[in-house]
Amino acid sequence: MKPTKQRLTILLALSLLFCTASFAQVPFERIANADQEPGNWLTYSRDLQGHRFSPLTEINTQNVSQLKVKWAFQGPDSNNEVSPIVINGILYVTGPNVAAAVDGRSGRVLWSWRRAIPSDYHSIGFGHTNRGPAVLDDKLFVATLDGYLVALDLKSGAQRWSSKVLDYKTGYSMTMAPLAIDGKVVVGVSGGEAGIRGFIDAYDAKTGAPAWRFWTIPGPGEPGQETWSGETWKTGGGATWVTGAYDPELKLLYWGVGNPGPDWNGDMRPGDNLYTCSFVALDANTGKLRWYFQFSPHDTHDWDATHVPMLFDAPVGGVKRKLIAVANRNAFYYVLDRATGEFIAGKPYAKQTWAKGLDAKGRPIPAADNEPSKEGNLIWPNLNGATVWFSPSYDPQTGFVYVATREIGARYFKRETPYKVGTFFAGGGEDELPPDDASGAIKALQAESGELRWEFQLLSPPWAGVLSTAGGLVFSGSNEGNFYALDAHTGKPLWDFQTGGAITANPVSFTIDGHQCIAIAADRVLYVFGL
Amino acid sequence: MRVFPGTALFLILSAGSRATPQQSPPAPASPPAAPDVAAGKRNFEGHCALCHGIDGGGGRGPSLRRAKLARAADDEALKSLIENGIAPEMPPAWFLAPEEIAGVAAYVRTLGKVPPEVLPGDPARGKAVYARSGCSVCHILAGEGSGYGPELTEVGARRGSSRLRETLQNPGKTIPEDFLFVEATTNSGQTIRGVRLNEDTFSIQLKDQQGRFHSFRKSELRDLKKLRGETPMPSYGSTLSAAEFDDLIHFLASQRGNP
Repeated sequence: MKPTKQRLTILLALSLLFCTASFAQVPFERIANADQEPGNWLTYSRDLQGHRFSPLTEINTQNVSQLKVKWAFQGPDSNNEVSPIVINGILYVTGPNVAAAVDGRSGRVLWSWRRAIPSDYHSIGFGHTNRGPAVLDDKLFVATLDGYLVALDLKSGAQRWSSKVLDYKTGYSMTMAPLAIDGKVVVGVSGGEAGIRGFIDAYDAKTGAPAWRFWTIPGPGEPGQETWSGETWKTGGGATWVTGAYDPELKLLYWGVGNPGPDWNGDMRPGDNLYTCSFVALDANTGKLRWYFQFSPHDTHDWDATHVPMLFDAPVGGVKRKLIAVANRNAFYYVLDRATGEFIAGKPYAKQTWAKGLDAKGRPIPAADNEPSKEGNLIWPNLNGATVWFSPSYDPQTGFVYVATREIGARYFKRETPYKVGTFFAGGGEDELPPDDASGAIKALQAESGELRWEFQLLSPPWAGVLSTAGGLVFSGSNEGNFYALDAHTGKPLWDFQTGGAITANPVSFTIDGHQCIAIAADRVLYVFGL
Repeated sequence: MRVFPGTALFLILSAGSRATPQQSPPAPASPPAAPDVAAGKRNFEGHCALCHGIDGGGGRGPSLRRAKLARAADDEALKSLIENGIAPEMPPAWFLAPEEIAGVAAYVRTLGKVPPEVLPGDPARGKAVYARSGCSVCHILAGEGSGYGPELTEVGARRGSSRLRETLQNPGKTIPEDFLFVEATTNSGQTIRGVRLNEDTFSIQLKDQQGRFHSFRKSELRDLKKLRGETPMPSYGSTLSAAEFDDLIHFLASQRGNP
């Protein structure tokens, strides 16, 4: 049958229809080119490079003092850690085993989805939480506490597919926002206090079929296994509970790996315990390890390296380099070459007493008395570290990295801990210093060196992430409920609002009807602010 | 042999099940074994210390060094709470056997309880010392007095006699962790001294000795002094005799809460 003019017209009309439909969706190219649509927030950190920077300028240093609440959304769960996805005026939010689409104009729910949490599910070492969804094409992706990666229809919330990632009965869980890359959805696991063996998984975004798995604790015969003794690798920890970053040009995925198990008793697992407390760079197509960098070898303080990596290019010694940076829980700021993992710079950004410094390759030089003990050893920072899971921000306009910083020490204890499936496998604990002996700060660090540029003091060690904007602003929140804006160049406070609930989430920015908004969760409530 | 994780879990769940086997009438009740506090301490350190601190002083979770636990009115409630957790923050200790849970509960109770002591002095005379020394100007005890300082209705359950004696002699040395005396000076030069009621990065709320509340934006303050180690409570070291001290301490130590 030969094509007729009429048939060609129909084909043309159909292809136009499909173009329109796919444009209304979120193909990977839109996520990779996030700067072309600053009014949307299409991936956890807005861009794949982990910047949590908004190019929007309507809210700026001149008018931020007039910021007002536009609406508030009451969620079902306390201590909400969600970082919403925003597409064309609709906010997609999650909580533990729940998701919803919320109208950006009114704050009213458009659809919601819930998956029952099994009665025998237990969070071990953390609260019931979820840090946000991911989007790709026509689907929203949610990781559940009981171990499923679920794909929902963006328009209705109906389930398209679900894949079982893990068995929660053995101590695993998922709390993080998945990362959608080209054709795949990547997830990590929680359970570092339960003697799990950590991994990072990729699934086919269309079907949910497993694409690859990277074990963060190498098995027998694999490189790195020699850093474990005997059977200790089987309960070695290495959770991967914070969303990573992606370089679409190098096609490398960067992910932080958590603490070894048991947390505080290192006698039970001699060796460096790879790849715990490391960044790993994985080939996005195969999941194969390209390089790793271990920040805290043989960690005994629970200092997960589960942070959002920040990818940027900057001159080092007069040569422009592809860099990856992180303010680590262990109180050091690190800059590495993101193609090779080569150590470039590192220095403390908060009080620490556990290391004398870093050697030429970035390995810590241990200080005396830096280990948990039977009687207790006072060490800075405490187990939650100088910063934790919440996001830093990289501001391309100032060249600064903003870090919500915790200045707090603790007395670390070591205990015997037998492994018992699906229970705490911690090997000790800590006593935090009294509240008035601890404090917090937002610190601005020169991105390529870690030099301190300014700091803004907070009453207590924070638990909220940072957003920077092209309006010259830095937004973050406090444990005492303050949501506030600082001048990105100086750290001067310009605006604050008492939300009434502890802020344990990351801020995002987007537009509704063409006007810039800022959103933050505070306890159960998601607030949206605008001028 | 390494037990396959699923199998081990099944065994644990089976062992911990509360199913009552069919059996003939129960044997005559023998007195229940006293909870094993030492084992409870070990389990506490293994499973609870992550959040509550290795000695129960608090951390991610609240301090348990208190006579009354807000969510556990009695020992049965405490055991039930340990077994079932507080969703979503506190995981249940479903993996502990009932006697182990009883041990943890007994250990937790030791954290906040000061055992009754054999004390010199007479509590009835101590009550009179309390009244004439002006304690009720600042403290409420059994519903009577002024609410500037901490309530003393159950002070005897929280504090031993030596601690009470030290506080009366040298109050600045035994200030509770959550108590802070501050001096705020406004930009216009007014100075307020008071007890901090609340504080965040941008504001602070105080109560002065007359019981008036003050709320300041920190940007309105020229100076904010945190007077650590200071308290409006005077020392009674030189104003009371040794016998009066014994009487007063005995009286305070017997204050163990509203019925």
